[in-house]
Amino acid sequence: MAGVPLDIQLLNLCAALLLLLSFAMLSQRRIVNLVNLLALQGTVLFIATLLIAWRTRQPHLYLSAVLTLALKVMLLPYLLHRLIRRLEVYWDAEPLLNISGTMLIGVLIVVFSFGLAQPISALASTATRNAIGIAVAVVLLSFLTMITRRKAMSQVVGFLSMENGLFFGAMSATYGMPMVVEFGVALDVLVAVLVLGIFFFQIREQFDSLDLHHLESLREDASSRRSE
Amino acid sequence: MRPIEIITQLLELVVALAAAPLFVGWINQCRAWLQNRSAPSVWLPYRNIRKLFHKDAVIAEGASRLFRLAPYIVFAAMVVAAGIIPSMGTRLPLTQVADAIALVGLLATARVFMSLAAMDTGTAFGTLGARREMMVGFLAEPALLMVIFVASLISATTALPAITEHLATQTLGLYPSLAFTAVAFLMVLLAENARIPVDNPATHLELTMIHEATLLEYSARHLALMEWASALKLFNYACIGFALFIPWGVSTRGSAPVALLASIPLLALKLAAAGALLAVIEMVSAKLRVFRAPEFLATAFLFAVLGLLVHLLLGA
Repeated sequence: MAGVPLDIQLLNLCAALLLLLSFAMLSQRRIVNLVNLLALQGTVLFIATLLIAWRTRQPHLYLSAVLTLALKVMLLPYLLHRLIRRLEVYWDAEPLLNISGTMLIGVLIVVFSFGLAQPISALASTATRNAIGIAVAVVLLSFLTMITRRKAMSQVVGFLSMENGLFFGAMSATYGMPMVVEFGVALDVLVAVLVLGIFFFQIREQFDSLDLHHLESLREDASSRRSE
Repeated sequence: MRPIEIITQLLELVVALAAAPLFVGWINQCRAWLQNRSAPSVWLPYRNIRKLFHKDAVIAEGASRLFRLAPYIVFAAMVVAAGIIPSMGTRLPLTQVADAIALVGLLATARVFMSLAAMDTGTAFGTLGARREMMVGFLAEPALLMVIFVASLISATTALPAITEHLATQTLGLYPSLAFTAVAFLMVLLAENARIPVDNPATHLELTMIHEATLLEYSARHLALMEWASALKLFNYACIGFALFIPWGVSTRGSAPVALLASIPLLALKLAAAGALLAVIEMVSAKLRVFRAPEFLATAFLFAVLGLLVHLLLGA
């Protein structure tokens, strides 16, 4: 640890914070807090991107850092907060697994992804290669968040946090993707949130609820069951 | 063992014994200030202990010898623990006799005897308190061990004085793993010492109480020893925290009492800061339902495991 330069230490700290925030999301029952945690994750990602840009002197990384700040810290949380107010969903129902159980599975996932990332880290030549494991863990933990939630809102937050993890993984493995790809992904995510927002209204209009288990049965099944 | 070493060791123990009630008094004073009450004197715990020593002991009918022995065993365990923890110097004779895992075992022994004594009189409250105490203990212990393992991994030893020396002498750096484990340790400290999110130290009259319920049947000198022991326990935990997370200022030289005396002001400063921090934490948090305590401690365990994983992966 002694010989490691300060910016790498700070990057490691950012990686650790991202992991911590993923666990915080996993344990959170209130959707409003979930969105705030997502914004916080975006902020940490912004700082990490700035640090990598400063370290590698790549001007386009500054641009993608600004993009992260504008999109993931400001715009998306704002949109989600507005959706929450309009749809009046503040709480997720009791998650499918209890919190402690989910946490334990989360720890196992982290161990698994550290093992998974080891060969990739061995191949990468960046100074941040150790953080690849954490990026994989963030992606898988967001998956877990999506799996254990019932409400459509929390699933979208899980999806966005997964995208954060992928972004961080690309940063630490290869110092960022080409600018075109980054722009494309950012636009995709934005569009996805907008489309999902419209989806939410449709789901609620159909079922009077955002609970996704209503979508599990086909309409015919439902109507025939009702007629029985 | 040379006589000078024994004198130094005794000096450390005396300081620990004297400082523990003062530390509790200081926390109570900070808390009173934060609550806008007029604060009790910091010397109140001493007066309380003195008062209790002057009273005649009443022992419940049918209580076995265990009930009478338990306060001495608990108190002795805490004094030995105070000797093992390098709170003032790392080269003292007692700090070398046991490593951190044995220390955790010693603290567990004290807890077991306290719970057995509480069950011994057969009252409902005692049994209830003992069961809850054991529940909190068995959840907090793995978290505490994990915290110690992270520090051990960093310094490649489980001996507390060696850990302290290693952490104090290396170059400064950011350790995310140590930050996580520090949070975990703080949560364990709160749970183990019956502080607010898990238990309320200020009351005897709640159905939710844990620690106080185990002491209900004690009086006079037994109660004084038990209260002194729990003050010492809090002091010990604070000193474990200092040894692991803010190890600077502990004397690493040999057995001169002068070196030990020199480390007292810094220890006092650390204790004052820790007491104020504890008071603030207890002010801003509400007491958890007993059934939420496992969740609280599972979070502590999670933090410690995360620290371990982060250390293994990032090497930081």
